[in-house]
Amino acid sequence: MIASNLPALIVATPLIMAAIVALLPSGALAWAVTLMTSLAVMVFAIMNAFSGDGQSISYALGGWPPPWGIEFISDGASRLMVLILSGLSFASTLYAKSLIEMEIHSKDQARTYGAWLLTMGGLLGLVMTADAFNLFVFLEISALSAVTLVAMGAGVDRRALIAAYNYTIIGAIGATFYVIGVGFCYAVTGTLNMADLAQRLPDATAAPVFVGLAFMVTGIMVKAAAFPVHMWLPAAYGYAPSAVSSLLSAIATKAAIYVLARIFFTIFSGLPDVTDLILKWILLPLSIMAMFGGTILAIYEKDLKKLLAQSSIAQIGYITLAFSVATISSISAGFIHMANHAIIKGGLFMAVGAIAVTIGKRANINSISGVGRAMPWTSSAMLICGLSLIGLPLTAGFISKVYLVLAVMDAGLGLVTALILLSSALSVLYLWKIVEVMWMRPYQGAPIAENIMIYGPLWLVAAANIVFGIYAKPVVDMADAAARAITAHALIGGGL
Amino acid sequence: MTSLIATHWNYLVVVALMMIGLYIVMSRQNLVKKLIGLAIFQTALFLLYISLGRISGGTAPIIDATKDYTYSNPLPHVLILTAIVVGVATTALGLALILRINDAFGTIEEDEILAAKDADSKAHGGAE
Repeated sequence: MIASNLPALIVATPLIMAAIVALLPSGALAWAVTLMTSLAVMVFAIMNAFSGDGQSISYALGGWPPPWGIEFISDGASRLMVLILSGLSFASTLYAKSLIEMEIHSKDQARTYGAWLLTMGGLLGLVMTADAFNLFVFLEISALSAVTLVAMGAGVDRRALIAAYNYTIIGAIGATFYVIGVGFCYAVTGTLNMADLAQRLPDATAAPVFVGLAFMVTGIMVKAAAFPVHMWLPAAYGYAPSAVSSLLSAIATKAAIYVLARIFFTIFSGLPDVTDLILKWILLPLSIMAMFGGTILAIYEKDLKKLLAQSSIAQIGYITLAFSVATISSISAGFIHMANHAIIKGGLFMAVGAIAVTIGKRANINSISGVGRAMPWTSSAMLICGLSLIGLPLTAGFISKVYLVLAVMDAGLGLVTALILLSSALSVLYLWKIVEVMWMRPYQGAPIAENIMIYGPLWLVAAANIVFGIYAKPVVDMADAAARAITAHALIGGGL
Repeated sequence: MTSLIATHWNYLVVVALMMIGLYIVMSRQNLVKKLIGLAIFQTALFLLYISLGRISGGTAPIIDATKDYTYSNPLPHVLILTAIVVGVATTALGLALILRINDAFGTIEEDEILAAKDADSKAHGGAE
């Protein structure tokens, strides 16, 4: 019963529990139920990863067979994404309790957890669905609940409201662009199922298909915070409550980037000429600009949460770069970096959030002076994630960089390889700036008692950075399966 | 060209509404007006889908085996019902946020809010 309905359960469980959690009387109880729900989803995700013997499973929602009904697809790509999303959601939920108690008014806590689960459910649905219009619905479920979560930061800093408002407007425009694109494709094919679209689009009238592709890609790039439509992200992640920043940075943009890959490699797999043109001449240059733009802005940023958000822009650039090269090995490198960046940036946001609530003000380059020695547990975990970010050996980030560089070299793009290495080297600058202030300056303030409820989950994520840095095989294998699954239609059609 | 305008004027309305909506979102300082612009932009999307499903001379898709009707495609119309719900939710959330912004900043004009925001940044010691 459970095994055959896994794809639906993974999405439905958090969505149903969200409604229940929002009505619970106390924040602590709501947290406990949210934690149990995210644990259940993670168990389902693990079961799902081992289901089907490596074959993809199509799940017809409500018993309506695709392409008429809504289809959920459990293949290599969605299995990996669901694992990343559910694993990081569980770690973030575990970490959230003390921070939400400190940053959000007690009467709002239960409803915050409701929005938290809605965000999770929306993003999980986004990666599971094989229906282009259903994807829009999940996109909006996750976006509207994420906006609510960001706005909850207003209790600490009223600027969170502005960030949330801009996120609403820009996000809604992005989603509407996507649906306009879907409308064009529907008009010429009469179908919304991704696999069905992939088959019918090559035979359809060309002009509406191109317009549709352009609208869909632009819309999803907004959601993925790809350069140059990333402007909402630094403010949204910077002013959101600390727990929310760690959840969203770990999972929200990842799901959108996955959708971008689905558009290019599944839906439009039958038109390799056109997608190649967009990937090579638009997405690739933009990715390189994101790598440098994000890194340089991070070097000059003083506020730690915003610094991490700027660095996310650069990291998203690495992932979109990997996809824009469009070989099996580079797509696989993109998935590896998606998994690794989730644990890197999730961990870093957790650490900065822990520091901010402990020192009682925004963590910026002046207020964290000497904190490294006053909060050894938090800071050392932060250092591990930081080293992983710049890609030091024995960390997960190193594996990402190795596979990315090798894949790009194989594709014969020597200059791009050099640019990747250069921008990684630049990222040392902003990390060093933090390390210097945290450890080499004197600490002035009361002694700090660290809370294991906060640094425990943080260490869980930091340890994952080391484990997957030494034993990368499971991630690499799953990423390879993901790359093969997402391009499966292209391979049948003889493309790629 | 004129015949194209005559037969496809609804699509021209879609394009016009879309541009008007986007322009309002980008050019207005007032947060409520921006939201109205967004609503107009989304209305253009609704009209696009509704036009797609409409067939000239088509009727409501109620099956009657005794008569030979031309039916409009109901699927885009159903889809857009979902999009309308999403649009209403977005507008409601945006208005709720504007209420809170008005409470916190005492204004809903973007330039005044940005000035207050810069003052906050200076107070927090971090550069923007």
